[in-house]
Amino acid sequence: MMPGPDQARNARDAAPARARRGLWSRLSESQNGLGFLFMLPAAIFLLFFLTYPLGLGVWLGFTDTRIGREGVFIGLENYLWLFDDPVFWLTVFNTVFYTTIASVAKFGLGLWLALILNRHLPFKNFFRAIILLPWVVPTVLSAMAFWWIFDSQFSIISWSLMKMGLIDQPINFLGDPWTARWSVIAANVWRGIPFVAISLLAGLQTIPQSLNEAAAIDGATPWQRFRKVTLPLLTPIIAVVMTFSVLFTFTDFQLIYVLTRGGPVNATHLMATLSFQRAIPGGQLGEGAAIAVAMIPFLLAAILFSFFGLQRRKWQQGQD
Amino acid sequence: MTIDRRKLLQGTAALAAAGALVGPFRAGRALAQAAPMFTPEEGASLRLLRWVPFVKGEEEAWNANTAAFTEATGVQVTIDQESWEDVRPKAAVAANVGSGPDMVMSWFDDPFQYPDKLVDVTDLCTHLGEAHGGWYDGLAAYGSQDGKWIATPLCAIGNAICYRDSHMKAAGFDEFPTDTAGFLKLCQALKEKGTPAGFPHGKAVGDGNNYAHWLLWSHGGEAVNAEGQVTINSPETLAAIDYAKQLYATFIPGTESWLDINNNRAFLAGEISLTANGVSLYYAAMKDEAMKPIAEDLRTTNLPIGPVGKSVELHQTSTLSIFSHCKYPNAAKAYIEFMYRSENMNKWLEAASAYCCQALKEFAANPVWTSNPVHAPYAKASESLRVNGYAGPLGPASAGAMADYVLVDMFAEAVTGQRTPEEAIANAERRLQRYYR
Repeated sequence: MMPGPDQARNARDAAPARARRGLWSRLSESQNGLGFLFMLPAAIFLLFFLTYPLGLGVWLGFTDTRIGREGVFIGLENYLWLFDDPVFWLTVFNTVFYTTIASVAKFGLGLWLALILNRHLPFKNFFRAIILLPWVVPTVLSAMAFWWIFDSQFSIISWSLMKMGLIDQPINFLGDPWTARWSVIAANVWRGIPFVAISLLAGLQTIPQSLNEAAAIDGATPWQRFRKVTLPLLTPIIAVVMTFSVLFTFTDFQLIYVLTRGGPVNATHLMATLSFQRAIPGGQLGEGAAIAVAMIPFLLAAILFSFFGLQRRKWQQGQD
Repeated sequence: MTIDRRKLLQGTAALAAAGALVGPFRAGRALAQAAPMFTPEEGASLRLLRWVPFVKGEEEAWNANTAAFTEATGVQVTIDQESWEDVRPKAAVAANVGSGPDMVMSWFDDPFQYPDKLVDVTDLCTHLGEAHGGWYDGLAAYGSQDGKWIATPLCAIGNAICYRDSHMKAAGFDEFPTDTAGFLKLCQALKEKGTPAGFPHGKAVGDGNNYAHWLLWSHGGEAVNAEGQVTINSPETLAAIDYAKQLYATFIPGTESWLDINNNRAFLAGEISLTANGVSLYYAAMKDEAMKPIAEDLRTTNLPIGPVGKSVELHQTSTLSIFSHCKYPNAAKAYIEFMYRSENMNKWLEAASAYCCQALKEFAANPVWTSNPVHAPYAKASESLRVNGYAGPLGPASAGAMADYVLVDMFAEAVTGQRTPEEAIANAERRLQRYYR
């Protein structure tokens, strides 16, 4: 039977509805489609709060924008100026030095602490809890405490050493460029150790005790057990922890801002603090953004080293 | 509440009359000023963004004057506070996006960052100048551009030498030296006696910049000339650095790391006997019973005069600006006019305990300046004040150069020996050229 005109019209109207329903049902029934739908809110969130600000920062670096006034595109001028700016290069040196020394120290001391806490100690849980304190205390508060500890007149360290007769005048902790650098690194290490220690302790807990026992029965020394059993199994978590630790250290701001504001004579200025100083109080948003963008290659290098270096299967398998 | 001109006149006249009855100031003047220049728009309300007060009395007096304005006009005024350093970015963003506070009480050259986003207040400032004995030149420069007033100068936060009288006398000086040569000798003598001086060479926003600018200007140096060309590389700057090096040699160790609070702490602990600060140092000593002996021994004076032959200092400066996006510009002008009326401004200045120095010459007669000899040098702040980036134009360049500590770094580099004086000057010149390009 041939379809009548009404039926033909109904079929025409129903076709798009079926297509709409079809698309939705296809999407909701497909595993990939459903996955896409579930990821969409997170993707939108990341797009607005991560990609957009990052993109805006990169764009600002190519403009002469000032606070309160839109800028114009000036190409690489900000970068060319920074390339010739000794203050900028000093902050690059400071940042790399600060990050390298503090990260190595945090790793060494954090791993040591984690190994100790992994043993059967009396009051183990109590020690595990208090070890987190430096990490829990807001950075500004601990920075204020260090500000007093490193004060050029009222330092408790200087006072103790003077009372013991070891020195006859206070140590100029934050006044001399090199003592200032070491002082801020010490404060950063103190604050960062708990993160490394507790994360590595979590990693250590996942290593089956039987592996260590088997190695011990085979006659492995404690050092050999650490080197050939513990360390390789811990490497994946070391990679993650140290990536985060390096990123946090490289982008440190609060500690420096409270302790020295980058002084003396820019000896402790990091790229993050210089970026802030020029962008916000100085009003040169474009130049500040360019300094912040200049941090990205360093951060990418740290991430790439961690993921393609530390996570190499050979290392994890304990091979040289 | 609906406000019309009649109600406003009644309100302000009643308030002025009440002020005349209870206040210590001249009634005739107060009544004469009662006629308002500006009539607030109907249904007006205002929001003021101001810096966090340093002196409780100052805040209380400002708020009381504001409440009196609201009572007289019905215009509600909301006051938001931001820390000193946060006012600049917040105000700049408000100006740029065209929303937020209607008025801002900001620092230094902030109005020059967005002059075209501000209400022209030439009528208001001309009236205030005529009514109150005229503006001080330095402060007027912070409010006007190309013959137009873009902001109303509010006050200077005075900076003066604070020293221990007994220590000065023990060092062999009966009178405080008034010139830079004598001042150096005093600092050398204080060091020999083990009671040294100390000025910040670290990144101290207020004290560090005040000291560096005084060093440069007192020796005749200038960062830029009137055309905005960088002229820091001069024999005068070299002389200033040479003087700073000699002075630095007499300081307590550690001043390279000093932030704004360090000199206060060292002075109150008896570690140094001479520094420069706001009057807050004296009041901090007065408040603490244990520090009473220091407070009683504390004297203040203006920074010494250098080869330039006159007193020249930076001092912090505050202005009031009205944003163009303000829906009630007349109400805002009426508010400012009300706050500057003799009785109100005098109350505010007195409550600020010499922390705020008047922008208008009439208020030099305020009793606060004679009530305590310690206050006297702070009364001259508006007179000795030179604008930031002197002798160049105010604007983003002068603001940026100060925020980037260009002069502070120049002196610190040279006195600590990190660079030769010539290298330090060349570095400052290069950095200044970037801002004044």
